[in-house]
Amino acid sequence: MSGGRITALKPAPFGYSAPASLAEALAVLAEVGEHAKVLAGGQSLLPLLSMRLAAPRHLVDINRVPGLDRVEIVDGSVRVGALVRHTDLERHEGAAAAQPLLRQALRLVGHPTIRNRGTCVGSIAHADPAAELPGVLVVLGGRVEASTAWGSRQVPAAEFFLSPLETALRPGELATSVSFPVAGPRTGTAFVELSRRRGDYALVGVAAVVELAPDTSISSARVGLVSVGPTPLLVDLSEVLVGRPGGARELAAAAALALEHAEPEADIHASAQYRARLVEVLTTRALAQALANASHEEAA
Amino acid sequence: MRAQADDGLPAGPAAGEQTREVTLRVNGVGHRLRLPVRRLLSDALRHDLERTGTHVGCEHGVCGACTVLLEGRPVRSCLILAVSVDGQDITTVEGLAAPDGGLHPVQQAFRERHGLQCGFCTPGFLLTTVAFLRETPQPSEEQAREAISGNLCRCTGYQNILASVLRAAELSAGREEQA
Ligand SMILES: Cc1cc2nc3c(=O)[nH]c(=O)nc-3n(C[C@H](O)[C@H](O)[C@H](O)COP(=O)(O)OP(=O)(O)OC[C@H]3O[C@@H](n4cnc5c(N)ncnc54)[C@H](O)[C@@H]3O)c2cc1C
Ligand code: FES
Ligand code: FES
Repeated sequence: MSGGRITALKPAPFGYSAPASLAEALAVLAEVGEHAKVLAGGQSLLPLLSMRLAAPRHLVDINRVPGLDRVEIVDGSVRVGALVRHTDLERHEGAAAAQPLLRQALRLVGHPTIRNRGTCVGSIAHADPAAELPGVLVVLGGRVEASTAWGSRQVPAAEFFLSPLETALRPGELATSVSFPVAGPRTGTAFVELSRRRGDYALVGVAAVVELAPDTSISSARVGLVSVGPTPLLVDLSEVLVGRPGGARELAAAAALALEHAEPEADIHASAQYRARLVEVLTTRALAQALANASHEEAA
Repeated sequence: MRAQADDGLPAGPAAGEQTREVTLRVNGVGHRLRLPVRRLLSDALRHDLERTGTHVGCEHGVCGACTVLLEGRPVRSCLILAVSVDGQDITTVEGLAAPDGGLHPVQQAFRERHGLQCGFCTPGFLLTTVAFLRETPQPSEEQAREAISGNLCRCTGYQNILASVLRAAELSAGREEQA
């Protein structure tokens, strides 16, 4: 931290607008975009401001923009607006039924109090490599709707995450919604992670999606890995699992394949070696759970 | 001369700093204020409104001491700008006891089960528990643990806090039967 004395944590001064409509928000962003930051739930941005790790010149607070707080199930996707708080999506029965992975992952995001304010879209726009929802977006092959005053574009998950805390969003673009494809038939999902304490960011997290063929053999399997690379990683495990029932030996082979794609690094929380081991253990667990959920779907 | 931003004192706004007029509705009473836009809700409550029941520990979202209810839901007041919650309902620990000073059942339970020692973390635990029991009136021990997992306490070792949460559920149920 700068300066000699450690002082109370306060943000540096900034300009502030609280637009009352989407059009106004986009107009303000067009004007101040280069030097502005969007303020959604503030659960990642406020700590950065208070510790002065970030000092944007302008904040565009979207909390008063109507219409952004909707969860809709349209065109085969769960579409989540920019002001939907983690808690709102976690409790949304329609979303949980359409894509169970959402609730499975959301209950692992921080603590309930953080989830009451933080937004799903904000978590994806923030792009922390240890965050759960970016992993979910990647494994499901979802997309982000990025809007400016001149129109909007859809950014596929595979192109969205560039590096830690860096995304394909351009200066002045607002992520207006994120879409997660709904689960197909005979599909099971699971999210498992290990963290030092409940609510902490994951040391390693694994989102798994397994689809079964009508004969109950596996027809596709993939995982999204978080906290073992600069961005969430998608690993297609079909080559070792398709056509098979998913016994212990096959899951172990799949976990070894997942590890080949991971880039575990050491930090103060865990060694690279420990993270590597976690990739294998948690991938096996996530696949087994997803498989059990898929069989359950099949039976239902 | 205004205080430097870096001394952390939320004194008046620094020269040229943007301010904004807002209404903070705290425990049912509206307060019209002009605040620097960077004022944290925790500081607005403590310094501008002099409601020091809301405590601040870490000031970056980790400890939960500053928890208040926003429209009934617990949130970290150190992670919210005061200007963001213009007109919304805020409940602080000062809003829990009855007007005659009678303790809220959750406060009563913390007192009976020794759910506090120094008391620094207590306002956050109380508000977290109040909101939790509204949604989960008969919690299991596991649910109660999960509910308070985002609040840190340096004194108690948590066992008495957990006992207090479970006792609060009993007391709240009793109160409803009477009513
Ligand atoms: C104690 C604590 C524990 C946490 N634990 C976890 C955890 O385990 N897992 C996890 O995933 N997260 C965790 N978080 C972070 C939390 O999930 C945040 O809610 C989330 O990362 C950001 O969402 P937000 O709405 O708060 O975004 P903000 O903090 O408002 O914004 C974050 C960043 O995204 C940008 N942004 C936000 N919304 C948009 C938008 N619509 N368009 C363009 N840019 C936008 C902002 O400009 C900013 O750069 C934790 C936070 C805390 C304080
Ligand atoms: S002071 Fe707000 S969470 Fe610690
Ligand atoms: S009672 Fe002292 S910090 Fe909890």
